[in-house]
Amino acid sequence: MTRSEGSVTRYATVTRLNHWLTAICFVLLTLSGLSMFHPIFFWLSNLFGGGQWTRAVHPWIGIVLVASYAGLVVQFWRENLWTADDTAWLRKIDRIIVNDEEGVPEVGRFNAGQKGVFWAMALLLPALLLTGLVIWEVYFGALTPIPVQRLAVLIHSLAAIAAIIVWIIHVYAGIWIRGSMRAMTEGHVTPGWAWRHHRKWLRQL
Amino acid sequence: MPDLQSQDYIRRSASTLTPPRARRHEQEVAKLIDVSRCIGCKACQSACMEWNNLRGEVGHFEGSYDNPSDLDPNTWTLMRFTEYENDKGDLEWLIRKDGCMHCEDPGCLKACPAPGAIVQLANGIVDFDSEACIGCGYCIKGCPFDIPRVSKTDHKSYKCTLCSDRVGVGLEPACVKACPTGAIMFGSKTDMTAWAGERIEDLKSRGFEHAGLYDPQGVGGTHVMYVLHHADKPSLYAGLPDNPRISLMVELWKGALKPLAVAGLVFAALAGFAHSIVAGPNEPTPEDEARGRRLLGKDEPPGDDVSGGGAP
Repeated sequence: MTRSEGSVTRYATVTRLNHWLTAICFVLLTLSGLSMFHPIFFWLSNLFGGGQWTRAVHPWIGIVLVASYAGLVVQFWRENLWTADDTAWLRKIDRIIVNDEEGVPEVGRFNAGQKGVFWAMALLLPALLLTGLVIWEVYFGALTPIPVQRLAVLIHSLAAIAAIIVWIIHVYAGIWIRGSMRAMTEGHVTPGWAWRHHRKWLRQL
Repeated sequence: MPDLQSQDYIRRSASTLTPPRARRHEQEVAKLIDVSRCIGCKACQSACMEWNNLRGEVGHFEGSYDNPSDLDPNTWTLMRFTEYENDKGDLEWLIRKDGCMHCEDPGCLKACPAPGAIVQLANGIVDFDSEACIGCGYCIKGCPFDIPRVSKTDHKSYKCTLCSDRVGVGLEPACVKACPTGAIMFGSKTDMTAWAGERIEDLKSRGFEHAGLYDPQGVGGTHVMYVLHHADKPSLYAGLPDNPRISLMVELWKGALKPLAVAGLVFAALAGFAHSIVAGPNEPTPEDEARGRRLLGKDEPPGDDVSGGGAP
């Protein structure tokens, strides 16, 4: 692929494939899940071949998502550990969101926002998997008492909405911070991007 | 046959619009099951199978008269037998015909995510439309009486229809027609309530001081009612809920959470859009690029780096 000279590798091919598999699953789960959550979204079930197909396919996509996200956790968990710098960075969030990064602590490979997304998903996806298994009628419908299933479906909905909101933030951040999208599509960033957003990481390269 | 007369719908699952309301004069019906007159012959069960053309699989003896042992996609009504020893030490054989109660406030309908898969007719019948059913099993979670069953073969949910196809053409449900003792009666809810009153009076005069009508108000009343000799303890009758109501979990899930969640998603998306208009994109400046390149030791003038593109 064409790379501008001096560009810096941000994500390896395996990482990018892993990310996009996760992303595709997440989008499909959001569409199918919302169609079963609120009547105003029921038409989305047509994308999956109707309500029966949506109901049947949603849990399987969920399994793939969790397996795929586990791959991202293996690759990223260490660089997402919280440090004092992250707290300091977060204190400057009011400056950061208006694109004024003067005096903001230098950031390693991931900033506090990215770490927040990472850990939020690392928490929400297993919760969605567990509660999802409980309400997977075809295979596990008879395994738990009905009151447990009621609680599970409520937690599943809450966790899903939380995850979708985290996802909206994640996608918007990728659009807002120009050059980030290419990091995940083509795998590389410009030195200026790295200098501006992840200076500590750039220094370590 | 729920779509026979769509004008008669008063509720439709997963619908944000008001169903047609042309026929508001429809009389509310009710089935009254007088437990004290039931002899446990299971004619109602047979009639249900025959009219609805249901053939369940032959099961196994589970040590009780309950046969089959539970409701299933092919068993929409079931006699449940309870051996109860009363205060005097006498055995009472309590027999209850279990099945859909046709709630005035149906939990199944509230929980159902498929538009029109569950409807409530103006006469009070709560009916499932198999064509629209997606097999998710949410109706099972919504129901306070543990009635609906999802088939493993066609992934559709089934339960008693109160013979909506018969009632729609002026006939009584099949179980009512078959009952040899008159323990199952059918008519307008008003008439059935009045008839139950007479029965209860009679039972009280015979020493069942707690005899009463089971028409639980927690679900807005039901269109299948019981006359119980122990109306103070409905759970004696094979676990009939003492005070059934739609679970708080279901109310939260299908009540507050739906609008809040949509508002949350819309707010998140709008906040992002507003931010992009107010603050705009965050782009590296030429200065950032120069500093970045310098840090990488690539601050030579362009053209020298002919190898191009290699990351360090």
